[in-house]
Amino acid sequence: MIQLTLLQINNLEIEFPSRKSVLRAVDDVSLSLEKGDILGIVGESGAGKSTVGNALIGLLEPPGQMTKGEIFLDGNRIDKLPDSEKQKIRGKEIGMIFQDPLTSLNPLQTIENQLVETINLHLELGENDARQRAVELLDQVGIPDPDVRVKQYPHQFSGGMRQRVVVALALCAEPNLIIADEPTTALDVSIQAQILDLMRGLCKQKQVGMVIITHDMGVIADITDRVAVMYRGRLVEHGATEKILGNPDHPYTQSLISAVPRPDIKLIRFPQVTYIEDVAEKNTEIDITKHWLGKARDYEAAPGPLVELKNISMRFTTKPAFLRQNRIFLDAVNNVSLDIHEGEVFGLVGESGSGKSTVARIICGLYTPISGAINFAGTELTALKKQSELDPFRKQMQMIFQDPYSSLNPRMRVLDIVAEPILFHQLAETRREVEIIVKDLLEHVGLGAQSAVRYPHEFSGGQRQRISIARALATRPRFLICDEPTSALDVSIQAQILNLLKDLQEELGLTMLFISHDLPVIRQMCDRVGVMKDGFLCEMKETEVLFENPEHEYTQHLLKLMPRLEGLSLEGLDMAPQPNQN
Amino acid sequence: MLAFIFKRLLQSVVVMLTVALIAFALFRYVGDPINNMVGQDTTLEERAELKERLGLNDPFIIQFYRFVRDASVGEFGLSYQHRRPVKELIAERLPATLELALVSAILALAIGIPMGVYTALKRYGFLSRTFMTISLVGVSLPTFLIGILLILFFGVILRWLPTFGRGDVVEIGWWTSGFLTASGLKSLIMPSITLALFQMTLIMRLVRAEMLEVLRADFIKFARARGLPTRAVHFRHALKNTLVPVITITGLQLGSIIAFAIITESVFQWPGMGLLFIQAIGEVDIPVMAAYLVLIAFFFVVINMVVDILYFVVDPRLRVDKALVNGQ
Repeated sequence: MIQLTLLQINNLEIEFPSRKSVLRAVDDVSLSLEKGDILGIVGESGAGKSTVGNALIGLLEPPGQMTKGEIFLDGNRIDKLPDSEKQKIRGKEIGMIFQDPLTSLNPLQTIENQLVETINLHLELGENDARQRAVELLDQVGIPDPDVRVKQYPHQFSGGMRQRVVVALALCAEPNLIIADEPTTALDVSIQAQILDLMRGLCKQKQVGMVIITHDMGVIADITDRVAVMYRGRLVEHGATEKILGNPDHPYTQSLISAVPRPDIKLIRFPQVTYIEDVAEKNTEIDITKHWLGKARDYEAAPGPLVELKNISMRFTTKPAFLRQNRIFLDAVNNVSLDIHEGEVFGLVGESGSGKSTVARIICGLYTPISGAINFAGTELTALKKQSELDPFRKQMQMIFQDPYSSLNPRMRVLDIVAEPILFHQLAETRREVEIIVKDLLEHVGLGAQSAVRYPHEFSGGQRQRISIARALATRPRFLICDEPTSALDVSIQAQILNLLKDLQEELGLTMLFISHDLPVIRQMCDRVGVMKDGFLCEMKETEVLFENPEHEYTQHLLKLMPRLEGLSLEGLDMAPQPNQN
Repeated sequence: MLAFIFKRLLQSVVVMLTVALIAFALFRYVGDPINNMVGQDTTLEERAELKERLGLNDPFIIQFYRFVRDASVGEFGLSYQHRRPVKELIAERLPATLELALVSAILALAIGIPMGVYTALKRYGFLSRTFMTISLVGVSLPTFLIGILLILFFGVILRWLPTFGRGDVVEIGWWTSGFLTASGLKSLIMPSITLALFQMTLIMRLVRAEMLEVLRADFIKFARARGLPTRAVHFRHALKNTLVPVITITGLQLGSIIAFAIITESVFQWPGMGLLFIQAIGEVDIPVMAAYLVLIAFFFVVINMVVDILYFVVDPRLRVDKALVNGQ
């Protein structure tokens, strides 16, 4: 007898009708999957990849509906089944894993209750055997002390542990097919590596088929056997992982892969993503020597490094109490010393909770450290007490935040958002002049002057980040702090924004502190890097030296976990000069 | 948990002392207590002597201390109007108000929560829309108007239900109950519906909003993806998660049902504390007003305390937050 294909999708088409028009989210997608194989579906936001996952498990968000196509599981057609039959398949035949482990579990029930409920639903085991199996499952997904942990509530687990619980829940009834929708996007790299290892192990060992939906090429390279690339609802390319990564045929795939920051070599610029439509308009060139933006940058050269942190420590109270000994503190930053030289891009890398963002906030004065000193261009900022004394220095530093959606005031026009710092620091004479400057700035970051009269919600994530950059430039800063500026963006947009930052840095001679958890991005952007862990600065070095010869144990660990993306082609790339290693 | 309760108790004591201070100030400084006690023909010497004997010349702190000491055992002195101890008056009226409030609260919860769940699950159903429309009426019509309309319809036109009073009551110790006689139960119907209507619509709208919020949560989607039947997803996973905010509001509302039963009690001439209070205001019967103020504050404090403890029962995140901080 011929081995049946585990999952077969033929000509799938999904539409979301709205009052005015019909959005075709998935258009003519055909895929198949064998037992024990891992298929990746990759694409940028809005590509329809999650919609395919939801359709497989029969949980399309209304008003979405399958208008065409067929889905076969083990040779049986499942898309036309009535709801009650689909419900029997969910969990038993197909397991699903979602992106955010923090919100995937019911906060009010113990892990045991949630596991036993699901086990009893699918397998008729009886209460005691089900409990037994719950403990075994936790053990399988690598949770230590499963018999104790099973009695606990979700909030008592860390993010990575919760994702393991989610995997255990998806495995309850030993489904043949697992669909994982961005299973590691919310996790740190080291946790991501563990979860991916776990999933690959389970897949191969139990001969389960898995569909992984992700935007992350690193995950794809790491775990999948085959890849399907989706773009605007269509399947543009489909094949073995090495083939797609190393030698893609379709221009979109080529653009997408070239936009992924390379972990292995440093390039001068990111290759422009040519295939993607509505790329921002060409930046208008400004003669920086004559323009307002270039004026008044005649700051005296700092005697030493531009920014210097000396033994900075910062502590938060996590549990306040009347008596001092009952308080619980979190040492977010521990005795960190570093210096950033004029004109350099300094990277700060670390996992969540390592204190890298806290350092940025201390430098720009949002937090006051409990000890240590900050020097900026030779002046000790920590010694200044009055706001009015600090303001001239604040003007010289600006910050770009991670989330482009919440860092712009939705009730202000773009013009007012960008003009605000100019008006506050009184950098221009008249209101008219301010307007002209703002329009120039907006053109310079590639948005076009006409965007000044619009509101932030009319822009996409990448465009909003451009507005943030224009706002940061509006005080003619010397020092720019970028806190994960591209983590919320798609890779193609990320490449554009990073290129823009690189250009501006060169053109204006900016000094930058660049914070990221993403090692390849750090490698592409920074001259020197500091690695942080649990509030300590472990290692600080020239970027290329650090990536080639990490010394600290933790740095080596991080670099080992970095997705390698092996098999990328090197053709036609501008490599940055390698540092002389003598 | 114990430390938490202790902290809350301490806060409650502060709240009660503050209220007592206001009540005492009312007692002592609004009008002249001597004038309220003696006739017009009392001489100045006699007044001074009475003032001295009652301790009204003592320092403020001593007088306040005495007031708090007496109040803590329920002693608020004599009512000017009734010439009887306030304690007795309140004890007489308390059962009527509490029974009315209890029935209203149960009505509001027992009808409000299921209606909220129903309107959330069947958002676009005909019945849901009807409920939502009716609830608008419930929120926007003033209580007294609803009471009067009910009286007009069921009391005057149909003559099914009594329009005022508690009906026959049964005495159980010092407690008088209307639950045990037919006329007592009949008299309860209209006042309790009137009092419950606003709370019911509020709870319904709150449960609906919370439920819709929770149904969008990831863990609900994940529960569905594990194949759990719809009923289990809605009631075991979604409903319990909606209850946390509902408990807060319900607790506060229960307090206000007791405190603001005044209007309903006036409309239906219900012999409860609210009616007593209204009459006391009319007659400037300050001891009764002070006692009512302190008592209502006491109810609020107790209910809030119970609500806080209920949080611990419902939400494990609060229960073990200490273990989390130490453990990880």
